[in-house]
Amino acid sequence: MNLQLRRWRPKPLIKNPYVCIVTCLAVIIYLFFAIGSLDVKWLRVLEGLSRAAALWSGFLHPDFTSRWDDIRNGLLESLTMTFTASIVGLVFAIPFSIGAARNIVPMPIYIFCRAFIAISRSLQEIIVALFFVVLFGFGPLAGFLTLVFATIGFVAKLLAEDIEDTSPRQLEALRATGAGFYQIVVFAILPQIMPRLIGLFMYRIDINFRDSAVIGIVGAGGIGATLNTTMERYEFGSAAAILLIIILIVVLCEYTSGYVRSRFN
Amino acid sequence: MPVSFARNGTKLWQRRTRLSDWLRYLAWLLIVALFVFCWRLMTMDTIWAYVLDSPRQGADIVSRMWPPRFGYLWQLWAPLWATINMATLGTLLAIVLALPFAFLSAIKTTPNRYLVRSMALLVISASRSINSIIWTMLLVAIVGPGVLAGVIAIALRSFGFISKLLYEAIDEVSNHPLEAIRSTGASGPQVLAFGIWPQITPAFVGISLFRWDINIREATVLGLVGAGGIGANLEASMNLLAWPQVAVILTVILATVIFSEWLSAAIRQSLI
Amino acid sequence: MLIIDNVSKRYPTGDLALRNVSLNVPRGQVVGLIGPSGAGKSTLLRCINRLEEPSEGVVKLNDLEVTSLSSSSLRRARRSMGMIFQDFALVDRLSVMENILSGRLGYVNFWQSFSRRFPQADITRAFVVLERVGLLDFVDKRADALSGGERQRVGIARAIVQEPELLLVDEPTASLDPRVSIQIMRLIVELCAERQMAAIINIHDVALARMFVDRIVGIRQGMIVFDGPSEMLSNEVLSEIYGAEQEVLNSPVSPAVTI
Repeated sequence: MNLQLRRWRPKPLIKNPYVCIVTCLAVIIYLFFAIGSLDVKWLRVLEGLSRAAALWSGFLHPDFTSRWDDIRNGLLESLTMTFTASIVGLVFAIPFSIGAARNIVPMPIYIFCRAFIAISRSLQEIIVALFFVVLFGFGPLAGFLTLVFATIGFVAKLLAEDIEDTSPRQLEALRATGAGFYQIVVFAILPQIMPRLIGLFMYRIDINFRDSAVIGIVGAGGIGATLNTTMERYEFGSAAAILLIIILIVVLCEYTSGYVRSRFN
Repeated sequence: MPVSFARNGTKLWQRRTRLSDWLRYLAWLLIVALFVFCWRLMTMDTIWAYVLDSPRQGADIVSRMWPPRFGYLWQLWAPLWATINMATLGTLLAIVLALPFAFLSAIKTTPNRYLVRSMALLVISASRSINSIIWTMLLVAIVGPGVLAGVIAIALRSFGFISKLLYEAIDEVSNHPLEAIRSTGASGPQVLAFGIWPQITPAFVGISLFRWDINIREATVLGLVGAGGIGANLEASMNLLAWPQVAVILTVILATVIFSEWLSAAIRQSLI
Repeated sequence: MLIIDNVSKRYPTGDLALRNVSLNVPRGQVVGLIGPSGAGKSTLLRCINRLEEPSEGVVKLNDLEVTSLSSSSLRRARRSMGMIFQDFALVDRLSVMENILSGRLGYVNFWQSFSRRFPQADITRAFVVLERVGLLDFVDKRADALSGGERQRVGIARAIVQEPELLLVDEPTASLDPRVSIQIMRLIVELCAERQMAAIINIHDVALARMFVDRIVGIRQGMIVFDGPSEMLSNEVLSEIYGAEQEVLNSPVSPAVTI
């Protein structure tokens, strides 16, 4: 073939032209309806811009003093909740992770633990917090339990995957020496998951602190309640102060976590 | 302290040195002390009688939830549609915001390693530190309650997440093809389009789908603070103590979350 | 055509990778660069097209002082220098055609490159080169689906499609087996003769160098210690370049390999 005349086009993303057209049409139709359903009240948005400006100036002049007592108490609650819940959650995650590992426990326990983990990971923290508040009353105890529940689900799933990845030969070898269930756990399973625990702990502290700042909105303790009050009263200076503190603590957590993980790996 | 001795008394093996043993002991002590301190602070105002009563309370509520009011289901389709839109439109907006910040934060593509990159990283941190519920509260105060507030809130929370994973992917890209392309006389943007973008496309799609899945879960509750969607129904039902309705709403939320997680994982698997 | 004048390269650690290297390469000549690893061969090649910046000295391509060009002029100058890499340096997820077309990036604007809509003249150039290197059936195949030899041919095609005057070839056969290495070296040398291109080929296999190039330059510890026709490459010269390992390198190519 005469190379001078030969054309070339880059390969299209979807080979079949019919599938391509149908997909494009579907996307356009979806976007049309989705954006149409947004119901933007432009007048309200224009009004809101002045409030946005107030918020922005709040960030430039954060007000740490007017509500300092509330802020300090809320912060203390959040920090204590985060720390205790991370530890307790981690400790309880270990038995759950063992129970969720197909290669060492019988089926009924496996199903139960896996179901628990799945529910913990699917429910948003704030919904869980709502229920714990209804059950245990307002205050940080409900928040503590919420964070523990979330931590167990998160950590147990990751550890269970590690345990399931253990070479079956290792377990066989131990069983051949006559080791019982608890000995297998102590000598084969625990040494494998211990190194991960520190990294997971630091990672989860970060997430738990962020969540602890929010569950206060429904009464589960922490700085979320103070934040909600300041927002409802349009006290943007104080709100900005709280947000800046949250950002600062989260960034600090990340740096520490990165440092600790690099030291211990 | 794990130690083993030979028959004549000389030490053969010891698991740790004396000093590191003491340090570990000290660290444990500190953690336990901190824990006890925090616990007391936290449960200062707890009414333990109420706590002990909780199982009975729990059973009471669960009994009120049964039988679930399935007739309520048809009222939930519109809010569910709104919730899914919130998540999807929010994720799309987040992608648009995330791309420039990712390129500004990656060492390989940032125009200025110190000033510009630090500012971009700061913005990304701010986006990631603030929970989407808090963003929603801020936006409801600005643009009023409704799905729009939820869309923007999800976008503002997600773009930091996507940016961070994206700039990490950019910095892991292999350098040799980039050098080769530069040696043909290509400009910086051309190296980006021909060398970097093809290498990060799989990561980009995976990250976006992952975040969309997380956003669906987050969008279900944003209605609690005014952003519409199925969370608003939850709020209303709880205020009315209409527990059978609450049961139905929770089931719908659970089903939606599980479905979207499955869908996102399936699409990502098929792309590998 | 290519004048390298007293080029030195010092790394931030203080190590001198190149010391006062001077070299003239006339149009159409193929030069083989040999020497032990770490001698500075790669550094020299990369200083010519300024993938690394020389600390001192001047590089001139056809009276154009490459070392003092601004970044936009440097991009234009790089169009005349095609580089071929040891590990092929292809974009794995792109097709063979797209990898070759990336050689024309210096000639098209950003939007054309982003949308992959190259002018038909460039497409034709790419097809001609594809046919010449024998990969016409691989047009839309992904680069990572190819064998080592095929990938290096794509790398060569990418350099050739630039229509350069000079080829900078950095150990093209290091990752290839002996039979393929000979094919690749032959391809490069033939292309240089056909298109009147000069080339500097960085090569670690002395026997291969002797087979294909006329002029050999030996580098040791950043300095040129030999510059002459390959016939003059005696044992003494080799030991001066490589130190004590010259026995291994002096062995002829195994007769089991067909030429």
